[in-house]
Amino acid sequence: MDLKELTSFRMENMTQSTHFPAATLEAVAYPADGLLSDDLKLNRDADGNLSLESPPCPKSKTFFGRPRTNAAPAIDGQPSTLEAAIEKATALFRHAKHPLLGGLATDVYGMRAVMNLAESAGATIDHMNSKSSMKNILVMQNSGWYITTLSEVKNRVDLLLVIGTDIVSYFPRFFERVIWNKEAMFTENTAEREIVYLGGRDLNTTPGVSPTGKQPDVLPCDLDRVPEVLAALRAIVAGKPLKTDNVAGISREALEKLAERLKAAKYSVIAWTGSALDFPHAELSIQNIVGIVQELNKTTRSAGLPLSGNDGDVTAYNVSTWISGYPFRNSYRRGYPDYDPYHYDTSRLLAEGETDVLVWINSFNPERLPPKSNVPTIVIGHPAMQFEQAPDVFIPIAIPGLEANGAQFRSDSSVTLPLRKLRETSLPTLSDVLSSIESALKAA
Amino acid sequence: MLIKLTGGRVYDPAHQIDGKVMDIFVRDGRIIDRPGNNETIDQEYDLRGKVVMAGAIDMHTHIGGGKVNIARLMLPEDHRNSATTHTDACRAGCGHAAPSTLNTGYRYAEMGYTAGFEPALSPVNARQSHLEMCDIPILDKGGYAMIGSDDYFLRLLAAKKDQNAINDYVAWILHATQAIGIKVVNPGGINAFKFNQRALDLDEQNIHYQVTPREILQSLTRAVYELGIAHPLHVHGNNLGVPGNVETTLKTMGAVEGYPVHLTHIQFHSYGTEGDRKFSSGAAAVAEALNKHKNVSADVGQILFGQTVTASGDTMRQYANSGHASPNKSVLMDIECDSGCGVVPFKYKDQNFVNALQWAIGLEIFLLTEDPWRIFLTTDHPNGAPFTSYPHLIRLLMDKSFRNDMFTKLNLDAQAMSTLTSIDREYSLYEIAIMTRAGAAKLVGLHDRGHLGVGGAGDITVYTDNPDREAMFAKPDYVFKDGELVVRDGQVVKVTWGSTHTVKPDFDRSIEKDLKQYFDRYHTMNMENYKVSAAELEDDGRGKVIVQESKGRREKTA
Repeated sequence: MDLKELTSFRMENMTQSTHFPAATLEAVAYPADGLLSDDLKLNRDADGNLSLESPPCPKSKTFFGRPRTNAAPAIDGQPSTLEAAIEKATALFRHAKHPLLGGLATDVYGMRAVMNLAESAGATIDHMNSKSSMKNILVMQNSGWYITTLSEVKNRVDLLLVIGTDIVSYFPRFFERVIWNKEAMFTENTAEREIVYLGGRDLNTTPGVSPTGKQPDVLPCDLDRVPEVLAALRAIVAGKPLKTDNVAGISREALEKLAERLKAAKYSVIAWTGSALDFPHAELSIQNIVGIVQELNKTTRSAGLPLSGNDGDVTAYNVSTWISGYPFRNSYRRGYPDYDPYHYDTSRLLAEGETDVLVWINSFNPERLPPKSNVPTIVIGHPAMQFEQAPDVFIPIAIPGLEANGAQFRSDSSVTLPLRKLRETSLPTLSDVLSSIESALKAA
Repeated sequence: MLIKLTGGRVYDPAHQIDGKVMDIFVRDGRIIDRPGNNETIDQEYDLRGKVVMAGAIDMHTHIGGGKVNIARLMLPEDHRNSATTHTDACRAGCGHAAPSTLNTGYRYAEMGYTAGFEPALSPVNARQSHLEMCDIPILDKGGYAMIGSDDYFLRLLAAKKDQNAINDYVAWILHATQAIGIKVVNPGGINAFKFNQRALDLDEQNIHYQVTPREILQSLTRAVYELGIAHPLHVHGNNLGVPGNVETTLKTMGAVEGYPVHLTHIQFHSYGTEGDRKFSSGAAAVAEALNKHKNVSADVGQILFGQTVTASGDTMRQYANSGHASPNKSVLMDIECDSGCGVVPFKYKDQNFVNALQWAIGLEIFLLTEDPWRIFLTTDHPNGAPFTSYPHLIRLLMDKSFRNDMFTKLNLDAQAMSTLTSIDREYSLYEIAIMTRAGAAKLVGLHDRGHLGVGGAGDITVYTDNPDREAMFAKPDYVFKDGELVVRDGQVVKVTWGSTHTVKPDFDRSIEKDLKQYFDRYHTMNMENYKVSAAELEDDGRGKVIVQESKGRREKTA
């Protein structure tokens, strides 16, 4: 460490402890989780190290407690200045015919900058989780749906039907937060809530056991047979004859009984995650869920609960939509927003050599590396990212909700939470980096 | 920077100026009386022969927030034929019925509008609404916080809490959501639908809370008045779109017991049940009641023919209407013990009996309501039609022969049911300026907008007088926003970022104790995170927050 670095390091630490002294921080949300539970309590020491005090949540604990690294920008794996890294990134952009802004794990402020750069550079945008999210977006664009949000579930649900997932593999605190909550405005005894898992195998259904020990009902089947089970359930709910005794190993009687329970419920909720429904054309199965809800709403109340939002995907498609009109898998290469959910898919664009520079934006989870490809790659992301193959340019950035202010959408898209800067950093924000590249491109 | 606008014909109803030729001076974004003798004019615009008005204000337009973004997201087919490319001033965008935020700002400015107000900001969704609106260039904006079906409020009402408690909650909501007014949608009905009630009339009880829409309206109109907020309670009544709802609307005017109230998109609430098809115009009765009740104002929510999308917090009615969706899809949501939303695409057709009559009913209300200070020009964008159809609507109001020509193209049964052609009234430029400028600013409580007096913001629109009013209002010669030229010849030439208008009445902060407890017990977010700060809107360089004056808390009225 030379003198200049040492001085700046000391200065930084002074700023750190002056502006962000040791403290206990409350009402913090883990920004990369779709449920955005904002009941986290953290301890901060004078050096800006954070540790999770409560509640027990392994994902949040890792995220906030990850040791700070002295990450510096790098060109071809060699440390560089920020200016040189931005210059190199700009040069790659300038010569590209079809840049792809991928990953997009960021927040609202970051996405605004993404949209600006995409517009100026004629780039395509796609999110790291779009394979899952697109299943839901396609349903919304094709048939629509009736859905609900977390606080409604927490206060109203009397029958929860979960399709093809245990939820907790993706959202560990789901049952604790919105099913087994002690108090609810419209459910006298939440422990009496009924839980049914339909489809999938080897699910972790323990979180579905009520605090009083009431077991959930589990109707397992192979995941790739979920489509026919849902079609059968929809037919039964709609009063159509079903000429078979058994669908994918689930008896007709069991499905008829489930249909009756759904009709008898006052506020049933059918939950799924796009990621778990991992079979071709899962959007058609989601449409069957939507169809079941639609049928139930003729006489009682029911709503769907599509769960998503990890790594900021709900934020990414919301911001992209308000600025451009379309969600991700959207491109400005024709000079205007152009949406094509099949064409502008990251893996397809890379596999077919249609893009000539990839920018991988990844603010939250250092393990989400860019997809392997021969395309020149710029990574703008979490300072703890480690690469097997060094990207052409790496620029570490401040993490929203940890080292930068921001705003993040929750899974149900109705709630956006503020993200707060919790400690000092010398790293730039995503917006700083992208705006610099955009200005440099325009200046040229 | 000192600008002189020379010799234009000025329509400034706030100062009773009706077509007087005069000069206007703008210094550093504000209108001044006259510069000192030693001051140099930096820019002069020769406006001789031109029509000058303040920038127009849309007091009810769905431009930001959850349901608007759902409308954008679910309608890629709406955007495909309306893409716009990058220009020297503007970024690319798209959207016709549900335009992107950028195009919303550009297109409004290009029609001479300099402000728009989102009328259905769900408190729980306020942050998103503002983040979106902050991405609308040029325009000033603001929101009306939507309450009345939220469980916290209904619990207060059911527990018979006194009016002071209601007032404190309403004020707290205004602060927490950075809003400038309070809106109620299908009072109590959004909530009732969650309990599977399918309709709710003015005196019908919510089955869970045992409170009626009438009680909700009474407590909220009174709260808004007692808090001294300029904008009266903004009411989307019960029974939207239901034949016979004119009775509900007339009863609603009486229910508020003389407190100020604004009935929004009243066209959708002015239907009778006469005729073979049991659907008729209630416009005459509604206009007569509006003329009589001086405490009541309304905006029309005119429908115009073509493809659009309806976006509303009224889940109960949108669910009922979802069968009419065109294209056939709809998104409906129950939201956070707070509200709901329903987004249903719609195509109004002039050969459809109901649509044709809706068109005539809206125009009848415009023409039969006497006081232009209490009736406002809206299409309830995008519910009746996209806002880009305003110039066409203005021509319908100002040009009787054009209106009657249009009328002859309607479904014949609808023509037989309407008295529209017997109405001779044509709106004047002065009256248009009242409806879209001075009246709107007064109604919303924008003390420095909608007029051209000293101290007013330099939001100014200049038109070339043209007997074809549609052509005239579609393409202003100049639009100034805060004194900067942003539009020339109907094209954006400079992009600025407008402000967000809010109101912050005093309240007793000790109510947060109970609110915090409520959030901790029943919500899935912390109360502190629910509150939106002004800094969040001002971050990222997207304009600033203006707190408009409220009259100060009045004594309890009873």
